[in-house]
Amino acid sequence: MAVGVLEGHFRARLATGKKLLVPYVTGGLTHWKEAIRVAAANGADAIEVGIPFSDPVMDGPVIQEASQRSLDAGSTPRSIITEIAALDVGIPIAVMLYYNTVFRMGHERFAALCAENGVSGAIVPDLPLEESGPWCEAADAAGVETVMLAAPTAPDERLPRIAARAHGFVYAVGLLGITGERDALAATATSIAKRVKAVTDKPVLIGVGVSNAEQAKEACRVADGVVQGASVVRRLMEGGPDLVGEYISEVRNAIDG
Amino acid sequence: MSLMVEPGEEGRFGQFGGRFVPETLIPACQELEVAFREAWADALFREELDHLLKTYAGRPSILTECHNLGRQLGIRLLLKREDLNHTGSHKINNVLGQALLAKRMGKKRIVAETGAGQHGVASATAAALLGLECKVYMGAVDVERQALNVFRMKLLGAEVEAAQSGSRTLKDAVNEAMRDWVATVETTHYCLGSVMGPHPYPWMVRQFHRVIGDEAREQVREYTGGDPDVVVACVGGGSNAIGIFSGFVDTKARLVGVEPAGGAAVGRGVPGVVHGMKSYLMQDEDGQVQEAHSISAGLDYPGVGPEHSYLAEIGRAEYPAVTDDEVIEGFTLLARTEGIIPALECAHAVAWIKRAAPEMQGQTVLMNLSGRGDKDVAQMMDILG
Repeated sequence: MAVGVLEGHFRARLATGKKLLVPYVTGGLTHWKEAIRVAAANGADAIEVGIPFSDPVMDGPVIQEASQRSLDAGSTPRSIITEIAALDVGIPIAVMLYYNTVFRMGHERFAALCAENGVSGAIVPDLPLEESGPWCEAADAAGVETVMLAAPTAPDERLPRIAARAHGFVYAVGLLGITGERDALAATATSIAKRVKAVTDKPVLIGVGVSNAEQAKEACRVADGVVQGASVVRRLMEGGPDLVGEYISEVRNAIDG
Repeated sequence: MSLMVEPGEEGRFGQFGGRFVPETLIPACQELEVAFREAWADALFREELDHLLKTYAGRPSILTECHNLGRQLGIRLLLKREDLNHTGSHKINNVLGQALLAKRMGKKRIVAETGAGQHGVASATAAALLGLECKVYMGAVDVERQALNVFRMKLLGAEVEAAQSGSRTLKDAVNEAMRDWVATVETTHYCLGSVMGPHPYPWMVRQFHRVIGDEAREQVREYTGGDPDVVVACVGGGSNAIGIFSGFVDTKARLVGVEPAGGAAVGRGVPGVVHGMKSYLMQDEDGQVQEAHSISAGLDYPGVGPEHSYLAEIGRAEYPAVTDDEVIEGFTLLARTEGIIPALECAHAVAWIKRAAPEMQGQTVLMNLSGRGDKDVAQMMDILG
């Protein structure tokens, strides 16, 4: 497929000398849409909307809790994605979801649902390269950009294949472990980003374990940008959208400074 | 085509199986596949494992004919006595294999999930024997109802962590073990306890358990002069069933895997993907995994090993379900007629045999008695009063 909305937007931003900031918000969580609006207004370049799943094996306690709250409130993949259509925040939206959500609905139907509702990209953390074929074909055909993940454990020969399959950006997994805030940025974060940057000209963002503005700045010395997950979702659950807005603004300033 | 052979590089059993795990774990799964393939073909490894199975686990396990219950039901009933293995269940076969493999790969630590605690106890045992650090994840609900096994694991030197997420049973213990493994994969081997998870686990765990079926086939032939008409085992993830089925899949025997009514993945599920594999799964219309409910913690699992899904799909094995009430009846039935207290898991197989006996009159029925009921006695005291 040609360069999509997400990747096109990122490339244009990078061309102006900016780094990329992508907050993650769990869809269906109380005030999730307000959080997205306020994040967009405070300098986010795209939003990653989490579709809650009953068994999120890549997620730590904060996003597990958010997912459970969202499910308890009755949200479904379809309800969240159709609500995304009405957001109209002027920046691309990608969804992050576990593969069974796609598999259950059917690859083509899920890709069509995304495309119809203005979802530009999809991140499926339990769908590795070898198993990604059927989904990627359907996503490509519908114009939905599938972001591939590159983990620190990947041998060198694997990275070019991951990058070649990726659309939108390459998601460099910052550490060995699950999502959640850490005291310091792991050494693996910048090393995996460097290794991926060496094999692709697609945008490379670090996510998982990038926990505050200072760490985001450090990550952006190597990477094109960062995904901010647990640090955003925790603030949304603890303090609401305003706290998210302040935080996004703080990270924006740090990575641009 | 021949059944129960190697599933190939993609780890597929028909449409089922595969390797649906985060990128972080892909190299570890590949490394494990290579290491297992090499070890399994290495005569020294096989000798070492066989030696442990013989001198530590107590293999071969014996075959017992149930004359009293058989007469009562009008069938010839044979039990493969995996309950007599060291640690009290079939789980030790797989764990000794994986622990030896972990050492061979230079890993210092194993993590395991457990439901009833049988796999956790077996893992803690093998870790103590072979000098490995061991952490076991167990659903908080199961920690409660299997307190004795929790104490046994701790006694053996393992750390036990209660999984507090989701349904707080086996499914959630698997999630926690996988989360641990994602973070510790460089030093840690995930000692998965059933024929489930990402490739190569379903295949590897089956190979470690096929000793059950291989022994039973010889024993039944020697004892009765032929093959059984029916082979029965309980199914949660399905490791003891796969173990005994593997000895009979190429005979004419009817293969029966008995699921709990509240966790009937094959019977009531539809194909889905969780815990690294594509298999039948109890899930809602959005793909959210449903909670299983069973009187036995070991079968309280909404999925099933992918090879069972395949055997069901092609019609080679059947997967009926029994209710908790039937299970309680099966539990006491075997105890009173034969002086053998089965694990609640295995009482599912007893329950099905009792129900299906009228249509099996005169037939030879082989049941895998995969674990003993000592762990369930406290729970049954509450239920039976």
